[in-house]
Amino acid sequence: MYDAGKIITGIIIFLCLVTFPIWYIAASGKASSAPEPVIVTTEKQCVESTQYMKDNHMKLLDSWKETVVRDGIRTYVASDGKEYTISLTGTCLSCHPNKAEFCDQCHDYVGRTPYCWNCHNIPEESQ
Amino acid sequence: MQISRRGFLKAAGVAACGLIAKPVVDMFSRVRLAGASSAVPAFPFTGKRWAMVINLKACQGNDGCTDCVQACHSIHNVPDFGNPKDEVKWIWTVPFEHSFPDEEHEYLKEDLKGRPVLVLCNHCDNPPCVTVCPTQATFQREDGVVMMDYHRCIGCRYCMAACPYGARSFNWRDPRPFIKQIDNGFPTRTRGVVEKCNFCEERLYQGLLPACVEACKNKGLAFGDLEDPDSEVRQLLRTHHSIRRKPGLGTQPQVYYIE
Repeated sequence: MYDAGKIITGIIIFLCLVTFPIWYIAASGKASSAPEPVIVTTEKQCVESTQYMKDNHMKLLDSWKETVVRDGIRTYVASDGKEYTISLTGTCLSCHPNKAEFCDQCHDYVGRTPYCWNCHNIPEESQ
Repeated sequence: MQISRRGFLKAAGVAACGLIAKPVVDMFSRVRLAGASSAVPAFPFTGKRWAMVINLKACQGNDGCTDCVQACHSIHNVPDFGNPKDEVKWIWTVPFEHSFPDEEHEYLKEDLKGRPVLVLCNHCDNPPCVTVCPTQATFQREDGVVMMDYHRCIGCRYCMAACPYGARSFNWRDPRPFIKQIDNGFPTRTRGVVEKCNFCEERLYQGLLPACVEACKNKGLAFGDLEDPDSEVRQLLRTHHSIRRKPGLGTQPQVYYIE
């Protein structure tokens, strides 16, 4: 191979530059960990199980939106038979009024910006 | 290859079992998804065809009463931008000659001339706004309410062009800073969506009458089911001469005016 020294050095410099963000974060110890949503309610369970809510809350809210607006049904029958009023502000936020610590920090972490709050009210902020 | 009659019947039987196997297995393996609720609670306040009757004589809009407008706009978080260009309104007043252009003539009854008439979305039986909406953001419910799905509205304003009553308003700006006191019982809107009266469908669900009907101190507004012959609206229509706004357009408005 001609100019082996130069080529290998080049490849090493290239790899260093490309992986810079990874080892920089690792070296500085500022590696971010997945945020833990802060739960302030004393209720034991959400409308469905915690795992179901973690995995599917966006789908549940989407179907809630459809049933209220399109079908005019404002009552949700959970899988354990309990009935809940379908309302983001009224039901969800009554247990989770701390939107910044509960919703936002995970959404920020995964880079999602749902626009629920452009219209739906946050009681703490709207007063 | 020779196939016996018996062999053929056996093979046909096995094939038939195979054909019905999948639907049967599917039927028994249907797991109830969390969230897929099968129980559909009935409306607490049901009607087959909602309609409103407005008594022009009972309305004190002439004397500056705006109780119904205030009641509606405060519970629905309707913003007040303070200028007519950006105005958002669900219920408002228009002089008689303009709200009923077909009825206007030179020798109009004195007390009707220039009299403010309460107008709102007519929740037409044949709503042109629903026909033109490209995303089905506006649609008609079975009970006649012409609804807006703000989630789906893309702000094209076709519905505003189609509505012959000017019942729809567009949010040119973020409405939140222009709402005096946000009522948490109803969402606000956002920039870029069209909004209008919803016949208080959220109140009907709770068994309440529309806010404007409740707010009128002269009982000038009546609300009820047109398909119920004993309803208040039917009784009023039976005993009074009634007019509707621009009936010649064929939209079949469901807000009736009596005097």
